[in-house]
Amino acid sequence: MKILCGVKRVEDPDQKIKVNPDGSWIALDGINYKPNPYDEIAVEEALRLKEAHGSGEVVVVSIGGEESVTEMRHAMAMGADRGILVKVSERVDSDAAARLLAKVVEREKPDLVILGRQAVDSDQGQTGQLLAEYLGWGQATFAAKFESLESEEEKAKKPGLQVQDGKVRVIREIDGGLEVLDVELPAVVTTELRLNHPRYASLPGIMKAKKKPVEELTPADLGVDVTPKVKIRKLSSPPERKAGIKVPDVATLVEKLRNEAKVI
Amino acid sequence: MSNVLLVAEHLNQSLKKSSLHALEAARQIASRSGGKVFGLVVGKGVGEVANELARHGVEVLVADDARVEHPLAEAWSKVVEKAAKEVSATYVVAASGSQSKDVLPRVAARLGAGMASDVIGFGGEGAEITFKRPMWAGSVIAEVEITTPVKVLTVRPTDFSAAQPGEAGQVRSLELPDLGTIRTHFVEFRQVKSERPPLTEARIVVSGGRGTRGDFSPVEALADQLGAAVGATRAAVDAGWVPNDLQVGQTGKTVAPDLYIALGISGAIQHVAGMKGSKVIVAINKDPDAPIFQIADYGLVGDLFQVVPELQKALTGK
Ligand SMILES: Cc1cc2nc3c(=O)[nH]c(=O)nc-3n(C[C@H](O)[C@H](O)[C@H](O)COP(=O)(O)OP(=O)(O)OC[C@H]3O[C@@H](n4cnc5c(N)ncnc54)[C@H](O)[C@@H]3O)c2cc1C
Ligand SMILES: Nc1ncnc2c1ncn2[C@@H]1O[C@H](COP(=O)(O)O)[C@@H](O)[C@H]1O
Repeated sequence: MKILCGVKRVEDPDQKIKVNPDGSWIALDGINYKPNPYDEIAVEEALRLKEAHGSGEVVVVSIGGEESVTEMRHAMAMGADRGILVKVSERVDSDAAARLLAKVVEREKPDLVILGRQAVDSDQGQTGQLLAEYLGWGQATFAAKFESLESEEEKAKKPGLQVQDGKVRVIREIDGGLEVLDVELPAVVTTELRLNHPRYASLPGIMKAKKKPVEELTPADLGVDVTPKVKIRKLSSPPERKAGIKVPDVATLVEKLRNEAKVI
Repeated sequence: MSNVLLVAEHLNQSLKKSSLHALEAARQIASRSGGKVFGLVVGKGVGEVANELARHGVEVLVADDARVEHPLAEAWSKVVEKAAKEVSATYVVAASGSQSKDVLPRVAARLGAGMASDVIGFGGEGAEITFKRPMWAGSVIAEVEITTPVKVLTVRPTDFSAAQPGEAGQVRSLELPDLGTIRTHFVEFRQVKSERPPLTEARIVVSGGRGTRGDFSPVEALADQLGAAVGATRAAVDAGWVPNDLQVGQTGKTVAPDLYIALGISGAIQHVAGMKGSKVIVAINKDPDAPIFQIADYGLVGDLFQVVPELQKALTGK
């Protein structure tokens, strides 16, 4: 079973992101980077499927600058077999990412593509669906599982996706509950937070990852025009919510809610 | 002339309220671009949904067919594409629920359109519309331009008011296009049933976090006393304490109630992204330095297991 995962380099979601004074981009001073959290979940799931099936290959793809190799090395330290860097000089939008990935998929012919439900920088949440459409494949977005992340199944590192008889069974977190779909392979799946807890990279894993191959491609190699369909004109900070007051006790709180805020 | 196609999210028997907020966004676009708004309802046995939408002053296309009973993106995207072409839509708009997030990117690919997700407002001049949308979990608002002739959007319901009923529009049926081979098969839907009001529609929301240590009874008791919906943080959902459907935040629901009560919630940016539009925020947390206090209108430092019962008592004694 061959699985391809997207790994995007993004700003660490645990730090505060601020806009540059001129609104051209975010302030990059002192910013740390990480693999997109949903992509780590994708890689973890791919590794579990490979382990459960006893064989296979997990290939990670990143579209970005040379520095994106760091995030791919992280995925390879977790256990992914090799990387493909599609080298771009400027950020690409989700549509261009999907068209580049489609070309990589045509070359690599994986059985399954697992992407994140969204990249936590642009928060668009489109690439997997676009990719599935460009490939003419079925899709299942927001993959999760019935069991919680504290369950025995999760502790046993069981995959949430079930691959059988040329199909992948996916439990999806959607509005109002959980939906189960069977998608014929090859297919595109995107991950939700509750699909798994990604493993940590072990020291031997990190050492091994340094020797794993990373192929470099360009949009020109793939014949893809990456001119964005969605252009960012400017960035601004959202209106700040002012801190209110601390109340000393419940009686004051109720009094304020009744007479000042008038919400109860 | 730039027509707008509104793709309705619905529950088979009734329109989702979020669709009326998306309709308001569609109207704002149409009034600037000089076009007309059309509605599209897809599903099986959805005639009443179509009528309900039409009562809000739009002409509605309805694709009512067993083959599109379940919202499979592969199939629905073809139906939306056909409807968009039939009404010469320049804009395809839907509320940013899980269904539209799943389907609309495929529609965009089929129409060669650029797409903006989770739009919260518009910029630009006249018919030159730009789209405002959050990035980095709402730490940043981007103003984006879509350069393609056709443009696809999901819009965040909490940032637009609900469209009011108007002179009823026509309802006509849309014949399904050739759906081709569909490689996705519906197996089952496990619905989360709740007696409480829906999270995204409630006037009051009481949410619990890791501070509950898995005991949501104070959250639920307070919610029930106030007729409120129950919400939660990712931490609480991940632990399996409450269903995923209750998560508020960047990748959960966006809520904007009159009153949001956060119990044992630290106030991480990803959570705040989903509730900072609330009119009044109350935070009860035992850590005086918890970031939630920086955005709360009324903060109370204390143990929720002591404070909530006291609060319940104080609320009874009018
Ligand atoms: C990609 C990504 C997406 C995410 N999406 C979301 C999302 O959509 N929604 C979301 O909520 N989070 C999301 N998160 C997680 C988010 O970053 C935080 O980890 C999460 O919101 C923390 O939940 P919490 O406040 O319940 O827990 P904690 O941060 O652990 O806070 C618990 C709080 O409870 C207080 N407390 C403890 N005991 C008591 C007591 N007895 N009485 C009163 N107070 C008490 C503590 O002082 C503390 O402040 C996301 C994270 C990532 C990386
Ligand atoms: N530049 C990129 N490099 C690698 N994967 C990407 C890139 N952009 C998007 N993806 C994949 O697509 C998912 C959704 O991204 P988006 O649609 O941009 O929110 C991400 O979680 C990744 O798996």
